[in-house]
Amino acid sequence: MLAFVIRRFLQSVVVMLAVGLIAFAMFRFVGDPVNQMVGVDTPQAEVERLRAALGLNDPMLVQFGRFILNAAQLDFGISYQFRQPVTRLLAERAPATLELAFTAAGFALVVGVLMGVYSALRRDSVLARVFQAVSLVGVSLPTFLIGILLIYLFAVQLGWLPSNGRGETVTLGGWWTTGLLTRSGLRALILPAITLGLFQMTLIMRLVRAEMLEVMRTDYIKFARARGLRTRVIHFGHALKNTLVPVITIAGLQLGSIIAFAIITETVFNWPGMGLLFLKAVHNVDIPIMAAYLMLIGFLFVTINLIVDLAYGLVDPRLRIALRS
Amino acid sequence: MPHPTSEEGKGLVGGGHGGRVARLIDSDILLSLRASGLTMVAAVIVVAMFLGAAFAPLIAPFDPFDPAKIFLSDASIPPRWQEGGDPRFLFGTDDQGRDLYSAILYGLRVSLVVGGLGVLLAAAIGITLGLVAGYLGGRVDAIIMRIADVQLTFPAILIALLIDGVVQALLRGHAREETAVPVLVISIGLSFWVQYARTIRGSTLVEKSKDYVAAARLVGLPAPVIMIRHVLPNVIGPVLVILTINLGLAIITEATLSFLGVGLPPTQPSLGTLISIGNKYLFSGDWWIVAFPGATLAILVLAVNLLGDWLRDALNPKLR
Amino acid sequence: MSIRRHWLAALAAFALSGVSAEAVTLRYANQGDLKSLDPYTLNETTANAHLGHVYEGLTSRGKDLRIGPGLAERWEVLDGAKRWVFHLRKGVKFHNGEDFTADDVIFSADRVRATGSNFQTRVPKGAKFTKIDDHTVEVLLESPNPILNAQWDTWYIMSKKWAEANNAAAPTPASATTPSHASLNTNGTGPFRIESHQPGVKTVFKVNPAWWGKKEHNLDEIIFTPIPNDATRVAALLSGEVDVIEPVPVQDIPRVNSSANAKVLAGPELRTIFLGYDQTRDELLESNVKGKNPFKDVRVRQAFNMAIDKAAIQRSVMRGLSTPSALMIAPSLFTHSKDFASPKFDPEGAKKLLAEAGYPNGFEVGMDCPNDRYVNDGPICQSIVGMLARIGVKVNLNAQPKAQYFAKVLKAGGYKTSFYLLGWTPGTFDSHNVLHDIHGCRAEGSPRGESNLGGYCNKEVDALTDRILVEADPAKRDALIKQAFEITTKEFAYVPLHQQALSWGVNLNVTLSQRADNSVLLYWATKK
Repeated sequence: MLAFVIRRFLQSVVVMLAVGLIAFAMFRFVGDPVNQMVGVDTPQAEVERLRAALGLNDPMLVQFGRFILNAAQLDFGISYQFRQPVTRLLAERAPATLELAFTAAGFALVVGVLMGVYSALRRDSVLARVFQAVSLVGVSLPTFLIGILLIYLFAVQLGWLPSNGRGETVTLGGWWTTGLLTRSGLRALILPAITLGLFQMTLIMRLVRAEMLEVMRTDYIKFARARGLRTRVIHFGHALKNTLVPVITIAGLQLGSIIAFAIITETVFNWPGMGLLFLKAVHNVDIPIMAAYLMLIGFLFVTINLIVDLAYGLVDPRLRIALRS
Repeated sequence: MPHPTSEEGKGLVGGGHGGRVARLIDSDILLSLRASGLTMVAAVIVVAMFLGAAFAPLIAPFDPFDPAKIFLSDASIPPRWQEGGDPRFLFGTDDQGRDLYSAILYGLRVSLVVGGLGVLLAAAIGITLGLVAGYLGGRVDAIIMRIADVQLTFPAILIALLIDGVVQALLRGHAREETAVPVLVISIGLSFWVQYARTIRGSTLVEKSKDYVAAARLVGLPAPVIMIRHVLPNVIGPVLVILTINLGLAIITEATLSFLGVGLPPTQPSLGTLISIGNKYLFSGDWWIVAFPGATLAILVLAVNLLGDWLRDALNPKLR
Repeated sequence: MSIRRHWLAALAAFALSGVSAEAVTLRYANQGDLKSLDPYTLNETTANAHLGHVYEGLTSRGKDLRIGPGLAERWEVLDGAKRWVFHLRKGVKFHNGEDFTADDVIFSADRVRATGSNFQTRVPKGAKFTKIDDHTVEVLLESPNPILNAQWDTWYIMSKKWAEANNAAAPTPASATTPSHASLNTNGTGPFRIESHQPGVKTVFKVNPAWWGKKEHNLDEIIFTPIPNDATRVAALLSGEVDVIEPVPVQDIPRVNSSANAKVLAGPELRTIFLGYDQTRDELLESNVKGKNPFKDVRVRQAFNMAIDKAAIQRSVMRGLSTPSALMIAPSLFTHSKDFASPKFDPEGAKKLLAEAGYPNGFEVGMDCPNDRYVNDGPICQSIVGMLARIGVKVNLNAQPKAQYFAKVLKAGGYKTSFYLLGWTPGTFDSHNVLHDIHGCRAEGSPRGESNLGGYCNKEVDALTDRILVEADPAKRDALIKQAFEITTKEFAYVPLHQQALSWGVNLNVTLSQRADNSVLLYWATKK
């Protein structure tokens, strides 16, 4: 077990290095950062001086090496655009993204499971079919369009919910800003969380429905029925419980992609999170921010995968044996 | 060392083993297709859209890709039945004066080509790597799965930017109109393969321990032959379902890339490009520029997904 | 003791709340970020406008863009514009309470010319600043410059003591490994001070009660949020969540105007949008014409000018919100503009010219175009592809995000373009800048023509440009400018398209003056 963890940890480090290397290889194709840092009529000599001072004339591998050495000390440099430490910029925005991602995941999980269970149990009912079709909207329109339609309906036409931003935030423990404790913060969260969670909701609903349908056919459910247990107990006590293990696994895995998908949602709703910061960085070729963000997402995926694999090992004894060998 | 993460696709695509492809031809399935009205409708829609896309040049009243035939004086005309509509333009025109009906037909074609090829590329990469990882196991498996981790880290937009940048650098002087489709196909292929790899790898792990594989090995068949001739047919079933779901996703990804400014050139719009163009006119009252392409995309993806659902249920013997 | 203190505090709070019954907060959203608070870091209209609330220059520009006194009450131009004497305003205090004196001006003159400043051209390198007394500064120039202070409204004066005390005596270099104090904090003399600044998220300005000038606003607080996405920004205005936005996309103007709570302030802008073509290479980088460069032939350039229907672009793409232009400078910046007219839109004539030039079937050329820089830049290029297709020229459009576009077409990228769309606002609000920067002959090591991406070159124009710089008599100067533009127009150096329009969205309870350089200056705003 320990050997497995160590091996996976070392592999993770290699993964992170590969992410960084690929990131650096691609940066010069994203554009020229210096043009984004000065006015149009800046003398060319000044532009060249700036380029040299930033080390942009060095070979890609040298730039990468410098970045890795600093990153190892958790120093991701200074943002070209904002002239602030990238670590601080990301830390300031992390709470916004995490709150949005977890709310969206929670929404997807709760609504997805409820709709999934219903459409599995009442497979042929009209409402189940409606759920099936409606949920597909989440996967049949691009996120940006869904977001803008929601804004148009609920913010502009009805005026019920805010169109952008986080509302009022409260600072906890000196650095974590939360919108969950104010009315305006909660209101601001609704539309972006739905937009972001819709896709995952569809996925979870379909997954739950499929799993439920399978579980309902297994012998032990038939046996439970034969024993004369109440339908409700069978459905929720036995069937659903068995469905939830894969659902939670996938929900966990999808959390990573929810955070990655947040780029679009954050852009549409002007949500001041890491995704918006990253997208602006791409537009402005702010290499330090892009590099740090990618490393962070890489770390996130690696960690989630590691945890999931370990959890499997703990849950499933067969796998535990496999891990030992 | 097994990687249970590959179970991911399982619920989505249904468990079970055996030659499911073979069963497709089974009359039972065609019967079940006819039995479900909704699925029939979906099938008809998908076929109609594919035909419309394939024969777009014959059906469409205009050629929306010929800039010489697009006139700014025709810009932003509402649909024919609206006030101010023009009998020439069924669904109205976009901001450049392009006939939307023709643009949708041509755009559908571009989207299906980009989405279809992209997903096929993803499947090809994913199936190969998944099969190899699952069958060989050990170090090869670990390396492939870590590559998958690296891949997951990069959002499709960055992959598209990278490939686009490399292609532009390599093929300097070639117009974006020529390079955009391959760039997007490769970007989507590289963004989507992991799911196939994981699914195939998971099923391969199961199949590998079965007697028929052991028998094949005993006979002395080389590993590639066993993988392709024997294991692959038994694990390919779920991939078909993922393909249908991903086709829609790929078309949407392409639309998102257009929204971010790195999609297909506006002179040769795909369905996604049309949506991201129309998106700008949502507040201005020119709703038709986004509504018709959007509806087309939604209906297409819905229909394809319904077919995927049916396919999944039909392939799953336990549900029959 | 402590109880009494509480009482006093409560009383004071009560009294204060009584005075400012209700704080007036104006919420403003713009498409770009306020990146650095250091006023010498980025020379860009939006950044200059934001910081113009906090910092002030020796001169100021009024609502009509006319230069007026700022931190300098008046100035004398002596010795044929070689010696200038500035008389500074007395009694002006920085936000931290320090007095503003000649030392600060001299300090700022050094700082603005230091390495890392993006405003080095604001003050000539050889200019010598001397303190006559605490409120008088003399500037000695190496060569006469009648428009020395033309851009000094955005050369913001910083406090010497504050900058030195906070280790910010040099402009924040872009390559710095630690953030500079001045990029996160401000200490100006202006009507507002910055209370909090979260880069890319929110900046809060509070009114400066000790400001020296006469207040033309009723605001206590300005909250600035960048909202890059057009639809979201418009939605925020329509739903009343923000009071002022810039810009409103032209297609959304009717929607905003028909709404119950907002309207659009529109007006002509100074930026000229134009097309340029590579006239230097012997063979175009992106074309099917090999062995020669069609754009070297004036007839081809003329044909391009005749093939483009500026009126149609104005009507359909710009939705009426642009001014088609015959010149490379906005009419309000050059008195003789009306003497110039665009060539008549004539595709047939253009075709004939192309045939005469040896291209009866047209040719193919690649075009570079940004798609997130100017108002509807992508659609403009797209419509140009159509117009040129009708004279047989097949344009391969490469519309790309500005980061990639500029990396390709600018000097640093090697001017790798054959045909492109660009916008230009003369930083000095003067024709000399247009003639020097985008019409001047390119030469290695010279700043002349650095933004002349197509490499148009005429020595006669260069000679005129140099005379314009030193000519002190306005009438003579304008005549010289006219002469230069006559040459460039006759040679079809560019295809000027239009001046795009200003388009600000404003809540109905806000009144605001709009300045033609697109500076949103909220110290001229009142809110009901």
